Amino acid sequence: MRKSYKIRNKTIPLLATVSPVVIWLTLLVAAPLIYVFFLSFLSTDGYNVVFRFSFDNYINLLNPTYLEIYTNSFIIAFFTTVICIVLGYPFAYIMAKANKKNKAVMLIMLMVPFWTNSLIRLNGWKTILGKTGVLNSILIDSGIINQPLEILYTRGAVLLGMVYTLIPYMILPLFASIDKLDDGLLEASNDLGANKTKTFLHVTLPLTFSGVFSGSIMIFIPSLGFFFVSDIMGGGKSQLIGNLIETQFKAANNWPLGASLSMLLILLILILVTIYKKSGGDMKDLGVM
Amino acid sequence: MRKRKAKLGGTLSKIYTAFMYVFLYLPIAVIVVYSFNTSKMNISFEGFTFDWYAKLFHNQPLLESYGNTLLVGAASTIIATIVGTLASYGMSKYKFKGKGIIDALLYVPVVIPEIVLGIALLAIFNLSNIPMGLLSLIIAHATFSIPFVVFTVNARLAGFDRSVEEASMDLGASRSKTFFTVTLPIIMPGVISGAFLAFTLSVDDIIISFFTTGPGSNTFPLKVMELIKTGVTPDVYALTTIVFIITIAIVIVTQHDKKKIA
Amino acid sequence: MSEDCYKSDGRKAIVEIKNVNKIYDENHVVHDLNLVVYEGEFLTMLGPSGCGKTTILRMIGGFEESTNGQILVEGERVEEKEPFKRNVNTVFQSYALFPHMNIFNNVAYGLKMKKVPKAEIKERVDEMLLLVQLKGFDKRFPSQLSGGQKQRVAIARALINRPKVLLLDEPLGALDLKLRKEMQLELKNLQKKLGITFIYVTHDQEEALTMSDRIAIMNQGYLDQLDTPENVYEKPATKFVADFIGESNIFESVITNITGNIANIGLEVGNALGLIKEDTLLKQFEMVYVCVRPEKVLFSKEEVNGFTIKGIVKEQIYVGNVIKSHVLIANGQIVKISRMDIDDVPKEGEMVYLYWSLEDVVIIKSRAYQIHSLIENANLGGD
Repeated sequence: MRKSYKIRNKTIPLLATVSPVVIWLTLLVAAPLIYVFFLSFLSTDGYNVVFRFSFDNYINLLNPTYLEIYTNSFIIAFFTTVICIVLGYPFAYIMAKANKKNKAVMLIMLMVPFWTNSLIRLNGWKTILGKTGVLNSILIDSGIINQPLEILYTRGAVLLGMVYTLIPYMILPLFASIDKLDDGLLEASNDLGANKTKTFLHVTLPLTFSGVFSGSIMIFIPSLGFFFVSDIMGGGKSQLIGNLIETQFKAANNWPLGASLSMLLILLILILVTIYKKSGGDMKDLGVM
Repeated sequence: MRKRKAKLGGTLSKIYTAFMYVFLYLPIAVIVVYSFNTSKMNISFEGFTFDWYAKLFHNQPLLESYGNTLLVGAASTIIATIVGTLASYGMSKYKFKGKGIIDALLYVPVVIPEIVLGIALLAIFNLSNIPMGLLSLIIAHATFSIPFVVFTVNARLAGFDRSVEEASMDLGASRSKTFFTVTLPIIMPGVISGAFLAFTLSVDDIIISFFTTGPGSNTFPLKVMELIKTGVTPDVYALTTIVFIITIAIVIVTQHDKKKIA
Repeated sequence: MSEDCYKSDGRKAIVEIKNVNKIYDENHVVHDLNLVVYEGEFLTMLGPSGCGKTTILRMIGGFEESTNGQILVEGERVEEKEPFKRNVNTVFQSYALFPHMNIFNNVAYGLKMKKVPKAEIKERVDEMLLLVQLKGFDKRFPSQLSGGQKQRVAIARALINRPKVLLLDEPLGALDLKLRKEMQLELKNLQKKLGITFIYVTHDQEEALTMSDRIAIMNQGYLDQLDTPENVYEKPATKFVADFIGESNIFESVITNITGNIANIGLEVGNALGLIKEDTLLKQFEMVYVCVRPEKVLFSKEEVNGFTIKGIVKEQIYVGNVIKSHVLIANGQIVKISRMDIDDVPKEGEMVYLYWSLEDVVIIKSRAYQIHSLIENANLGGD
């Protein structure tokens, strides 16, 4: 008798609420990724996937062209992250220290551009930075330079595009982290003799480090895969890992190779997230948006 | 001396903040201005006209793609909100084995690069018989949105006083009645935040849509990606400007409402 | 430990708990509980945190499931019944008012669930709000109310359903002292007026003594004593009760000798005398606890006949309406003496002989001795 009570009142409601997400995650997250894992060990005949098991795809990953691309991707991702930290931290700090009204206004003003399409905004940068674009027009017309600057289609342009697209992912976690800081701690630090700079270095910075870390992960990983930024701003000259994968699944039609490249990215993330967790990072901070 | 230092710091902050906002809004300003460009090529500004705003409403493919974006956004948001809210509620209320695995799985779409999720979904759609088009888009969008809804509702549930549910049952309401009459209204702000987040993510999604779309079901971002290769005409900028103005209007209205309630 | 019979003295048993246990994983929270609550009474479950009192209340209300045993409300078994199917209502410790509904809708909730017609709902809600002195508050929201007001809404919301039993889970815990005292009286009057059975949970023994018809004292999941406030105070059944209710000096002792109804008590530090009450059976050499309230402890400069307890006053404590002296006796125990007047207590550093009136003593059997006698009797049976 008691068991039926338990089933009626605990098991059924539990199943009703949790089973949709379990089914969804199994079919559309776990299964696809497991399939990609298997795919990476298969081969292709140029048109379709052939069920011949081989390690070839992983060996091909060591192709020198690819190695160059990996290096390029990491450099761009690294500098994107650094620039985002440098630009983003002061902004997040100022926002967090603002009064309640300003804080809300600043936050909204930060988010509004990102509710407009990213690609269009990148195209806006193209218009500004192009050879006959706004910037060059102004510089030439005012006589500062004679020849138009070639900013687009360089690594720098790609960096700009990456930073522009990803910077909220740094500012928001940082903002949350700095905002959470107990003002009492800063007051205590002052009380114990530290001036503003020292307080910042010894109290604020260490305590908000987790925000920097989680923001960095949220920037580094995506920037490896943002092929559209390198396409638009770099004109396809700056190839990233993301471009490589995209090619395998579209033009080159080599899904197994694309799968193995994806596994490379997954491995990288596993390593980063493990380091993050081991150093005390909270997974919840990675979902900040 | 302290006051002067503080003032200097304050001025620097203001300059810095202004610089950042200029950086963020510069492309948008250009877009708005160039939406009035007479030049079709839209590379340099030639003249001022309203024409493109009118021409916009005759650009079938463009409008269709935006319509698709809204449709996919709405559908995937509804699915993600329902699945995510129920999941968050169930997981916070009941103890069971496997909660850890579900939690971990929920983080996967959030943490892995979109391109990996995109190709994985493409691969699995390919295996199954799901037609590639609006349906596959909706499924894909819901997939990356569900975790965000779950996390948002989780945050709201964290401070939730369970005893109001017990009080409701104590007073005669069944479990489901309690959920709809008491629990849901109380967590509604979290649910709405989650839905809003899901919608935002869907409308601007590029990479996952790129891999999971099908013939004839372009979304606006994908259409723009196409156009960037051939040249973005001012009517696209016009559409963007209109959306931008609507967004700002909504923000002003909701903020004003908030102030009213407060 | 004592079980009252159902309807044996003409009183109706409204809630019966029979052999109920509650075990959480490794934790045995409620031990073999047998308890009867009579219709119309104000029964308090009293004990420190973790003693199981709230668990028991929640089992009656339906929010916890008992591991075994039976729970009956008005003669019907309810262990399988959901909270919404029981005729009991609960006032929660956190009030649990619905934040998104105004006061009217909060109070009306139970009636709405029973599909009571709108006109009747309005009438009864108005009546109830008047009863708890919150007339005119119906349009307000819980966030606009003070703690005491929220309290009364919670009570109104529960009582409006005319439950047979009202369960109250430490409802006054969050209120300040003055308000708490006021609410205690209000609740007691309300209960008397409506005639509804109240089962009340608290850790505040003063509250329990003030409000209850009977008190059930819970000690780590065991029911130590179920009795009227007077009896619980004057005749504690166990050492725990003696220690928990009011303040008491408790001496571990042995009965050295019995003369008529006077016991010679051997304390670790000396001798004392005590009156044996009629219903207590004591044997020579029995181990007991001897309890004397601080206000009953007497002191003198000279030794008193039959008593050889002496000590030095270590400190004096002023508590507003009462002064206490702490007397350190030879085995390190502190004996507390309390008086209303500072001149009536011995001063710091003074050496005093302690004694008391023989009838002011409570002698409690020690559990160890009970177990011992159980074993002894078992042996006799075996032969």
